[in-house]
Amino acid sequence: MLGYIVRRLVSAALVVVLTSMFLFLLFFKGPSDPARPLCDLNGKCTPEKLAILTEDLGLNDSVVHQYGIWAKGLVSDREIKFGATFTCEAPCLGISYRTRGEVRKELVEKLPATLSIAVGGATIYLVTGVLLGTIAARKRGTNMDRGLVAVSVFISAIPYYVVALLLWIFFSLQWKWFEDTSYHPLTEDPLAWAWALVLPWFAIGLTSSTAYARYSRGQMIEALGEDFVRTATAKGVSERAVVIRHALRAAIVPIITIFGLDFAFLLSGTVFTEQIFQIDGIGRWAIQSLRSPVDFPVVAATVLFAAIIVVVANLIVDILYSVIDPRVRLS
Amino acid sequence: MSIPTTSTGVSSSNDGDQQEPFLVVDGLTVRFPTHDGLVQAVTDLSYSVRRGETLGIVGESGSGKSVSSMAVLGLHNPRQTRLNGSITVGGVEVVGASQHTLRSIRGNDVAMIFQDPLTALHPFYSIGSQIAEAYRVHHDVSKKQARERAIEMLARVGIPQPSRRVDDYPHQFSGGMRQRAMIAMALVNDPKLLIADEPTTALDVTVQAQILDLLQDLQREYNSAIVMITHDLGVIAEIADEVLVMYGGRAVEKGSTSEVLTHPEMPYTWGLLSSVPDVTADTTTRLLPIPGTPPSLLSPPPGCAFEPRCIHATAVPGDLCATTLPLLAPGRSAHHLKRCHLPDPDAIYEQFVIPEVAPEAGETR
Repeated sequence: MLGYIVRRLVSAALVVVLTSMFLFLLFFKGPSDPARPLCDLNGKCTPEKLAILTEDLGLNDSVVHQYGIWAKGLVSDREIKFGATFTCEAPCLGISYRTRGEVRKELVEKLPATLSIAVGGATIYLVTGVLLGTIAARKRGTNMDRGLVAVSVFISAIPYYVVALLLWIFFSLQWKWFEDTSYHPLTEDPLAWAWALVLPWFAIGLTSSTAYARYSRGQMIEALGEDFVRTATAKGVSERAVVIRHALRAAIVPIITIFGLDFAFLLSGTVFTEQIFQIDGIGRWAIQSLRSPVDFPVVAATVLFAAIIVVVANLIVDILYSVIDPRVRLS
Repeated sequence: MSIPTTSTGVSSSNDGDQQEPFLVVDGLTVRFPTHDGLVQAVTDLSYSVRRGETLGIVGESGSGKSVSSMAVLGLHNPRQTRLNGSITVGGVEVVGASQHTLRSIRGNDVAMIFQDPLTALHPFYSIGSQIAEAYRVHHDVSKKQARERAIEMLARVGIPQPSRRVDDYPHQFSGGMRQRAMIAMALVNDPKLLIADEPTTALDVTVQAQILDLLQDLQREYNSAIVMITHDLGVIAEIADEVLVMYGGRAVEKGSTSEVLTHPEMPYTWGLLSSVPDVTADTTTRLLPIPGTPPSLLSPPPGCAFEPRCIHATAVPGDLCATTLPLLAPGRSAHHLKRCHLPDPDAIYEQFVIPEVAPEAGETR
């Protein structure tokens, strides 16, 4: 088990390294000059200004050399010359071209907001989705089942950003129930934290739970038809225990796979949510960094972060597999 | 063991109410409404089993043998099933019973063994915890006590090192061991009736014999009734006291095993006998399958369900077989029932079937 985890971590690290290398290639070897839009940003761009910027950005060096500097910054302090000279403590992800702040510090600042949105929203949609799916599967063919499926299809036909926007317009702008949706740190004021997050959580929960409800319904219908579920019933086990302990336990495995990837995606940037509810999180930060002039250190940081989240989520899903299903041996 | 080998001997001598059948199925009809129409899975089926006795139910896939036995435990989804008739277990009516009543019977008075123990056991729970669960449903005991009981049962069904194997998962057991564990789980509450739905079909032959021996041993020990569902006449010959042959959802022949296997009176039973491979026959001998396919349960033939496949139907005057459903009526004796219009089945059996089934026997007759 431990050996397996170590091996998986090594391959995960490899994926992250390759992702960052690819990103560097794309940025520095792409068809446009990264220094140019930065130069245009503050007043008139003179050839001298452009030359200094090009030098500061390290565009005169090879990509390999620049990647080396960036990678080295992850383990040791770095001096960065960008107009003025900045000291960037290890692990250093560079200095934002736009704010001139340390990228790592900005990342750490913005993480709690995104984490709060993702964890809260994911918990809501997983729990309600699986619950509704289980009920629908149990009541298969009844009006309740048909109603649940119909409502679920209707809601998932509406794009997520429309749902979020409508919620924001009515509950925040119009009725002012949740007027301030910006992020309040959990440690400072838990109530304000939760109150501000109600709308984003509800928006994510509502739209994603419909997909989970339908998926869980399918998995549960299959599980309820399994021979071992019939065996449990034949033993005299109560219906509730048959459904939860026997059928749901079997149905949950594929649901966890999807959930692991979904959650990783959610965590790597809740773009629409943060934009609509004006929450200062990683998703919004990532989108802003991509606007011209491209804030490369921020882009690199968000991509690196997303890559790590995805590989870690995959690893956790695989470990969970082996915990749930004794037939799966990690080796 | 010093206990007499015939269980009926035990029951009649020292227990008065053994005379009452433990399981009585009377006029059972099971139908499933589907988009294509009403599937008549079982029609007007009646049988009874006493404690200590074994009833074998034979028939091909779709003959209604499994459906009828699942009805005994109320395992059909009530919303998708129409049940008529009566099933009483130890005097308690099962058809239309509440979930509470059904649960108190399931796994307790009546236990069931399924065909494929690999799919019938939950892959995520250890063998021991599955047996313990069955015990704790009907007994108010601690987990530890239930675990002890599980180990005891595993030992009883012949699993070596039961205190170690109790924590193994189904996939860590061999096929035969899994079926033993399944039997241990079924017997954990000392059921008075055991329904075994093709318990040996998924196992190889040497293991089959062991499992059948085990079931017979346990039956002698606990004096339980067994309903053995199978398509294998070899299994019937080995274990059953009485046999019920089903075709197209109905009983077509019924009687004591020795009587039905030696003097079958229904062409379908003849067909089953002819389909059994004979290990002593030379390799050029051809097996004689029953021609045609099983009847549609959506629109059963108006007459005898076996008529379209019956090569002896011509011996019946007129088109009686195609138009009129024969009654399940006494044949050679009052206890040997058959559903067939043939006026003299024994003569046809000796003239046409014996030479095919057992040529040597035919010559010596």
